[in-house]
Amino acid sequence: MPVRYTSDLAEHEAVRTNAGVFDISHMAEIFVSGPQAATFLDYALVIQSSAIAIGKAKYALICNAQGHIIDDLIVYRLAEDQFLVIANAGNREPVVSALKERAVFQGFVGVEDRSDDFALLAVQGPNAVALLQKITDKDLSTLSYYSIDEGTVDGVASYLCRTGYTGEDGFEVLIPADKAVQVFNALIELGIQPCGLAARDTLRLEAGMPLYGHELNLNINPYQAGLGRVVKLERDEDFVGKSALAELAKQEVSPVLVGLVGTGKRAARAEYPILSGENQIGEVTSGALSPTLGYPVAMGYVAKEFAQIGDEVEVDIRGTRLAMTVVKLPFYKRSK
Amino acid sequence: MSNPTNLHYTKEHEWVAIEGDVATIGITAYAAEKLGDVVFVDLPKVGSSTTYMKICGEIESTKSVGELYAPLDGEVIETNSAVVDAPETVNADPFGNGWLIKVRFTSLPQLLTAAEYDALTGEG
Repeated sequence: MPVRYTSDLAEHEAVRTNAGVFDISHMAEIFVSGPQAATFLDYALVIQSSAIAIGKAKYALICNAQGHIIDDLIVYRLAEDQFLVIANAGNREPVVSALKERAVFQGFVGVEDRSDDFALLAVQGPNAVALLQKITDKDLSTLSYYSIDEGTVDGVASYLCRTGYTGEDGFEVLIPADKAVQVFNALIELGIQPCGLAARDTLRLEAGMPLYGHELNLNINPYQAGLGRVVKLERDEDFVGKSALAELAKQEVSPVLVGLVGTGKRAARAEYPILSGENQIGEVTSGALSPTLGYPVAMGYVAKEFAQIGDEVEVDIRGTRLAMTVVKLPFYKRSK
Repeated sequence: MSNPTNLHYTKEHEWVAIEGDVATIGITAYAAEKLGDVVFVDLPKVGSSTTYMKICGEIESTKSVGELYAPLDGEVIETNSAVVDAPETVNADPFGNGWLIKVRFTSLPQLLTAAEYDALTGEG
């Protein structure tokens, strides 16, 4: 995936106003199957995968025994005994190893890394569904948000997933790797803008979505990242990280992830210090001049006592201070 | 985009047009393209002095921050306010309306020719 095909801003705007397509084939596709697949995933991940209906999906985390985040995932239930787990490209190896290691304790379950067999194309934007409909045999209106089903796209057998990473409606289309160019070109033929990594990053930032390596890493627990709701502590069965997470859930965690907005045209970027007076109270994890909103937005971790909505902080932008206010995430929400 | 042969260049991707003792300075098309969409430019104040290869401004794109290195010693006599108001001009017309500052220089260092700059950026 290139950083850009044309212009970051044009690609960003295409997704907000029409439709864009991202080649996200670098992401990892892991198939988990067998009679014990649901039970196994209940143990391996923080969510209750056994409660996902066939054809539905759920956002998930895979944590280590300390309750820290190995990766964030989407889990799709393809059949009673088959799940598709999509992991970040950079975490393919750690996620596959963790799953395989955890499978040892769970009996009859297959964990198969099929990332090299598949291409994944994300078609996103207010017109994405209508445009994609022109080249698929599946009635897309029957697929609600966070659903998955099989269908053809440009005649190619696909999984159609109504998920995304932009804050817009759309689909992620999973196809055999050798059909990627054909389907990508067919989507572009429809007038869908090819989009690169730069637009993907500003879109997900505006939508307040975390990016592993920025907002999430092995030193962060879900409660710090504002992802406590994803962790299903109340379920009866044990899962990896449960006892550590149960302890963390009782504590006041700090620092915590916040959204920040400022004025002007200067961006607070990743790793810039967040200050209160002369004290550093945190660090920016992602930031940009929001193309949609026109002002700087950022996410970052700040000490708990400065993390209330409305709190005023400053960010050190290469020696210049930018006043920013803690706001509720996301920065941008599409009108439904 | 080819680099105009009537301009001088730096390895930090500035271009310099010399007219008498005044140098007009901008960033090259190559630099603008590498940066991506420029959304903010921070230029030195008129009257401030510049020092050869010292940072005197910043060019920010959606993705990154580029530094503007002074290609010569001198004094800033004019800045391009049109570019401050419409930073995208740097992408649209880097060698023309996207110029950044004018400097009255006190000495003229050895700068790169277009051919040398082409070689540096793998163009030409």
